[in-house]
Amino acid sequence: MTSGFMLRSALGLLLAATAPAAIQAAPLKIGMITTLSGAGAGLGVDARDAFALALKQANNPEATLIVEDDAQKPELAVQIADKMIQSDGVDVLTGIIWSNLAMAVVPNAVDQEIFYLSVNAGPSALAGANCHENYFNVAYQNDNFHEAMGQYAAETYKNTLIMAPNYPAGLDALTGFKRYYTGELAGEIHTQVGQSDYAAEIAQIRASGADSVFFFLPGGMGIAFLKQYAQSGVEIPLIGPGFSFSQDVLPAVGDAALGVRNSASWSPDLENEASRAFVEAFKAEYGRLPSIYAAQAWDTANLLLSAQAKADVKDPEAFRAALKEADFASVRGKFGFNHNNHPIQDIYVREVAKLEDGTLTNRIVAKAFEDRGDAYAEACKLP
Amino acid sequence: MPGISPLSFALLLEQLLNGLQLGVMLFLMAAGLTLIFGVMGVINLAHGALYMIGAFACAAVAAATGSYWLGLAAALTAAAAAGALIEATILRRLYGRDHLEQVLATFALILIISEGTRWIFGGFPLFLDVPPLLQGAAPLPGGGAYPIYRLAIIGVGAAAALGLHLLISRTRLGMRIRAGESDREMIGALGVEIGRLYTLVFALGAALAGLAGGMIGALQSVQVGMGEPMLILAFVVIVIGGIGSIWGALVGAVLVGVVDTMGRFLLPKAFALAYPPSEASAMGAAVASLLIYLLMAVILALRPQGLFGAPSR
Repeated sequence: MTSGFMLRSALGLLLAATAPAAIQAAPLKIGMITTLSGAGAGLGVDARDAFALALKQANNPEATLIVEDDAQKPELAVQIADKMIQSDGVDVLTGIIWSNLAMAVVPNAVDQEIFYLSVNAGPSALAGANCHENYFNVAYQNDNFHEAMGQYAAETYKNTLIMAPNYPAGLDALTGFKRYYTGELAGEIHTQVGQSDYAAEIAQIRASGADSVFFFLPGGMGIAFLKQYAQSGVEIPLIGPGFSFSQDVLPAVGDAALGVRNSASWSPDLENEASRAFVEAFKAEYGRLPSIYAAQAWDTANLLLSAQAKADVKDPEAFRAALKEADFASVRGKFGFNHNNHPIQDIYVREVAKLEDGTLTNRIVAKAFEDRGDAYAEACKLP
Repeated sequence: MPGISPLSFALLLEQLLNGLQLGVMLFLMAAGLTLIFGVMGVINLAHGALYMIGAFACAAVAAATGSYWLGLAAALTAAAAAGALIEATILRRLYGRDHLEQVLATFALILIISEGTRWIFGGFPLFLDVPPLLQGAAPLPGGGAYPIYRLAIIGVGAAAALGLHLLISRTRLGMRIRAGESDREMIGALGVEIGRLYTLVFALGAALAGLAGGMIGALQSVQVGMGEPMLILAFVVIVIGGIGSIWGALVGAVLVGVVDTMGRFLLPKAFALAYPPSEASAMGAAVASLLIYLLMAVILALRPQGLFGAPSR
């Protein structure tokens, strides 16, 4: 009954041709399915805004984008994907934030000769034996950030309690953390996706005797948890992947997050030309700092544009090869694809800090992994 | 051992309070729902939307004025006004129709109110802070602590239950409500202005939902669609408690709140006796989300009219 609630915003961004493109690129029609309403809206809006801005800057009239809101509902995402493939005739799908939605859409889409480029979700089930030549993940494999935090926790703590929602990315998170964490586990809690009240979990944290809490709760879930945790009187330090302390979460949480350690493949202070230009452009256009979701979507758009400049999407062989080269200026500095079409990249440990104007943001404090691929690539049969 | 923390008295007490707090929120929702059904015979699916209106009014006014208390007053007022408006313009035409048409009309109201709210406030959630007076945690016996704000919610819910009880058993309005529940046509014939009574009852139910929404806003994000999960739970509550019974709504709400919280907390521990901790946690979480529906099924099998419902006539 819920699908009727959704705002179905179909945004056609037909980019006006003011200057002829340097190379006459073949047309490329991109369908973006992302979360623009509800507690997960912050993630999707950041991804959409960065993607649209990258296309606007490229000023390429042959790249068109249509955007629709999945409201974080798998059944709705599937409907939108069918519509975009069958009646809009898109060549490429992208934009899905949540792994349970990606699992519902991606295998079906790539089997229909559509390219799928992930701006965020990287479920383990699509990285190993079920990898696909048309599925490119430009973000990460889900385990990556959590592995970095597991390594950090192993060095820093002895008795960590871990918590994540009971869905593909949540389970990947806990698996990733445990792969590198060597201390004792004070407990493992599975919450529900979209849960808004964490009183029962906070009571267990209070009684657990843990010396630290690792939690993966992206978007509104993390905001609700952090606000309730701050009021609970529990003082056990929190750590998490970058999603739990991302730019979309920090303003709502406030100073309670200061000094918290978290992990990501990118941070607004990362020192490279592409990253500086991206942060400047995003701030100028939207008046806020970009999140990790924005950075990944920006890279995805630029990867697509780089492939479009080299090959016609109607020639899948050539287009696939062009994507695989990853010949674009990534905001992450180094970026390449593993043979399973998932990234090989560096992962950093960041700390929440306050800028002079009072804005909360993240600062890199250490590099956790250099050229990290993922644990599932071995099982992937792609060359 | 991982996954199992000792079951101390302090932990049990805290979880019991959590269950009670959830129960109190559910009671505020269910009381209005059951009152409206009892007096007017209307199934109001839009009740969750009134809860959302309360939360948005509270968050918007608190953000504009800096005062949570003004926000809470706005939540009550906005929800009551929206309730009265809905009753006077739409539901009034549906009293004679069957339940299916009422369900359709109030479902349409959910869509209209949700989209309208999205128009005004956008798709992004709003946030509301706990008022300074109620920030922090209070010590509990046994060495635990509990957030003062959640204790306040329990207090407000208990006061609302007592107030409703007094209103219905001791006042003239309450007498008319009870009369309306037992024989609608007769009290109309006796000269009670039934239209005004209906509007009043509907506004009262809406205000309770708005109060719940305003209070919950400080604990979680205020967003479009937040009312529907609560609405579903509130329906479970009134089915368990017996449709039309305020007393049943109170008992049902506390029962659902405590069973849901305790299930989420204890089931993973129970599964951990037989399975490895991470599987046990996943299984426990999955079964816990079904628990209240199992409870409802069992109660309906034993007492089809609910715990405090009158046997169907």
